[in-house]
Amino acid sequence: MIDELSKLLSSLTVSADWVGLRATQEASTHRTVRDGIPEYNSTSTTQGIMVEVLVNGQIGYAATNSLTLESVQAAALTAQRHAIVASKWAIYPTAIAARPKVVEDYTSPILKPFDALTPGEISEILIKICHTLKVSDQIVQTSATAITTETETWFVSSNGSEAHQKFWMISTDYSATAQEGAIVQRRSNNGGVAHCYQGGMEYLVTPDLWERVQQIGTQAIELLTAEECPTETTTLMLAPDQMLLQIHESVGHPLELDRILGDERNYAGGSFVKLEDFGKRVYGSPLMNITFDPTVSGEFASYRFDDTGTPATREYLIKEGTLMRGLGSLESQARAGVPGVASTRASSWNRPPIDRMGNLNLEPGNGNFQETIASIDRGVFMEANRSWSIDDQRHKFQFSCEYGKLIENGKLTKTVRNPNYRGITPTFWGSLVNVGDRSTWQMYGTPFCGKGEPNQAIRVGHGSPIAVFANVEVFGGGS
Amino acid sequence: MSQTVSFLESSFDQLVAAIGNSLKPDEHFTLSLTSEQSQFTRFNHAKVRQTGSVNDGTLALTLMRDQRSSYHEFPFTGDVEVDRSRAKTALEALRKEVSQIPINPYLVFPSGTATSREIYTGELLTIEEVVPTLLPVVADLDFTGIYAAGLMIRAYADSVGQKHWFATDSFSLDYSLFTPDGQAVKGTFAGDLWNQAAYAAKIQESRTQISLLSQTPKSIDRGHYRTYLAPAAIAEMIEILSWGGVSEASYQQGGSCFAALRRGEKKLSPKFTLRENFRHGLVPRFNELGEVAPLELPIIETGEMVNMLISSKTAKEYKLAANGADQQEGLRSPEIAPGDLPSDQILAALGTGLYLSNLHYLNWSDRPTGRITGMTRYACFWVENGEIVAPIENLRFDDSLYQFWGENLVALTNVQEFIPDVGTYEHRNLGGTWVPGMIVNDFTYTL
Repeated sequence: MIDELSKLLSSLTVSADWVGLRATQEASTHRTVRDGIPEYNSTSTTQGIMVEVLVNGQIGYAATNSLTLESVQAAALTAQRHAIVASKWAIYPTAIAARPKVVEDYTSPILKPFDALTPGEISEILIKICHTLKVSDQIVQTSATAITTETETWFVSSNGSEAHQKFWMISTDYSATAQEGAIVQRRSNNGGVAHCYQGGMEYLVTPDLWERVQQIGTQAIELLTAEECPTETTTLMLAPDQMLLQIHESVGHPLELDRILGDERNYAGGSFVKLEDFGKRVYGSPLMNITFDPTVSGEFASYRFDDTGTPATREYLIKEGTLMRGLGSLESQARAGVPGVASTRASSWNRPPIDRMGNLNLEPGNGNFQETIASIDRGVFMEANRSWSIDDQRHKFQFSCEYGKLIENGKLTKTVRNPNYRGITPTFWGSLVNVGDRSTWQMYGTPFCGKGEPNQAIRVGHGSPIAVFANVEVFGGGS
Repeated sequence: MSQTVSFLESSFDQLVAAIGNSLKPDEHFTLSLTSEQSQFTRFNHAKVRQTGSVNDGTLALTLMRDQRSSYHEFPFTGDVEVDRSRAKTALEALRKEVSQIPINPYLVFPSGTATSREIYTGELLTIEEVVPTLLPVVADLDFTGIYAAGLMIRAYADSVGQKHWFATDSFSLDYSLFTPDGQAVKGTFAGDLWNQAAYAAKIQESRTQISLLSQTPKSIDRGHYRTYLAPAAIAEMIEILSWGGVSEASYQQGGSCFAALRRGEKKLSPKFTLRENFRHGLVPRFNELGEVAPLELPIIETGEMVNMLISSKTAKEYKLAANGADQQEGLRSPEIAPGDLPSDQILAALGTGLYLSNLHYLNWSDRPTGRITGMTRYACFWVENGEIVAPIENLRFDDSLYQFWGENLVALTNVQEFIPDVGTYEHRNLGGTWVPGMIVNDFTYTL
């Protein structure tokens, strides 16, 4: 494909300072079983080319799903027209250096290929999951999903890029909904579609699958009679499956350089972080170490280079509580005058790359699970995100979880339902008082990180140990 | 547009015929098309941030046989040979796959006789015209947003001969104007015929609004306040009702916020009426089985739940009558009935409290009890004795719809406003929401 794309590039007749072609081909299967009956079975294939043309410091783009020379030529001329007319109104003169030459190849690690299981065999597993989840007649709905995605991108450019990446990705999800009268509780496998990895069928049938499925059904029932989460200001311990959301919303999005530069103000919003904060702002307690790490094997957003061709390396965004770098590649770094990382990405061939997260992880601290619990006199332990909302500056948030446990005198005691908490980002991270060790570290991801105009949903990964925050407002449900 | 649409429709028709000719006697198919030829130009600080075009189309071919089904999505290019070859590959793969998939007793086959054809031709700006037309009007403002425009197509055909074709030219400008200290007003300008005078008037209206934001924002303590929610804020609330709220399947499976209303345990105000209204004509009425929704379907009538959205599949599973809903059982053309409060009396009727132009990032904080949380956004004000006093710092609310659309609902404005759906995930969305503003008592703010 690289050869074909290079030939296409050399055949184009377009006057420009730089031209890039990014071809993407993606095939996904989606299988959902609800209450033991097939709900969705689908295969989606998409294929197309994004043409970027740089003229007078302005990039214009045109994307087409027709791969003929005629169509790509037409797209190149359309992109050129966009660039020419906009160059007089450009927000910033883009240099060719924003699209560096890249010659790389990357393939996701995979142990068990997607075709190791037939559609029928996958369906049987999902049906069995549903049946196992239904531990009682109070379970009114069970659901199990497996999504596989095989994505390939090829990138060539007039300054010599020839790069290819192939991603094997799998996402799984299963849940049980329990109801008793007006009380409804839903429990899932670490939150909605949180199990997102690069790899194959080894992530569908895991060694702990059936024990975990049974536990989820049982916990859904347990929540029906649990007490409401108390309303108080207390110590909050979050499991890695909720830290996924906490890191994403209150660290990842505020550090996106395009938000700080104002590009996103009309849609996703801005950020409380200012350009002058980099290198000196205290973002959280000294226990807070956040890395952008595209090198973690199996994490959902590992890659070798981003969609501008910038090589991706592991970097500290926040080190010992101090803000070091933003999320954004060379173009945003030049505009902002601050350091960034290779995270300018597109959701597919039909969208231009913008500043995104990749893998954002909280690095481990000290103390295993039991030691950490033992250090808390009074608090609430919350697992699995259920709901999330945060303001357009990424300041005031309210998140709720599926499952909570009281911590009393250094021990987990009663189960509590509808556990919610709210806070303000800098205060919250400033109150980080304990970070679990490597034994408590787990990684998850999501395929649904949304932003951009036009909108783009992209895949991100988040790994974290358990984490403890002091003096947090927690509360339960009800009107 | 007409030449392009004719060409694409002809390609689609040929594809339908090819699939039909290769079908076996015991097989059924449906074919859905989503296609667009769009321009996207994105602005920041009244300059161009990104600009480009996207030509895209996706076909979804569903094969049904022996109460089993699966579907394949693949690109629609308009090149008959290319698309026919992909359809053939998809059909062969589906035959192999469907035989392995367990039976779905609630699978519904296409059975109707509906056909429709709607084509709306507009006059849109060319690539060369967009930036020089839009930006000079806002050159002195901190203007940010996106202009999206072009042709959108939704189409459907099946093995029993139903066919629908919906094609429309349209544009939308979704923008914000910011003050130096970060206060902002939001605006949308949409249609199918660019009108420069109307655009200039819209921007002038926004200029007037932003002048109200020049004062230092007032910090409001958490608590309960009488509140005016403008139509754009109400539209945000309506959007999340499609997350299981009005779906019959969701109700049956424990996921509806309206379950307590339906069981008679909670009530809404008789002032509150929610319905699907396709008379506005901005979205196609057909669904994934070619069924055509009624022009109007009341969901909540004067506070009473009268219908949920029921797809044919849900109808079969729960032995109910379908009402034209799509498989997601979400709202496609919602409206809230207006009330009797004249727009020029909103501030007087509010008296003292909060005036909210927009809300942001809504989500359920406790779905079974109808509790929603979210943020205030854009031009929101503290009002005293019917006079705007100052803009406010953003607040978080957390309240139950059984309260703010129940006993706390004071009044609705006597006019609806159209809030276009400007979403562009995967493709440009169609339609929008028709909603009035409303005044509520004791709206709960928590942070």
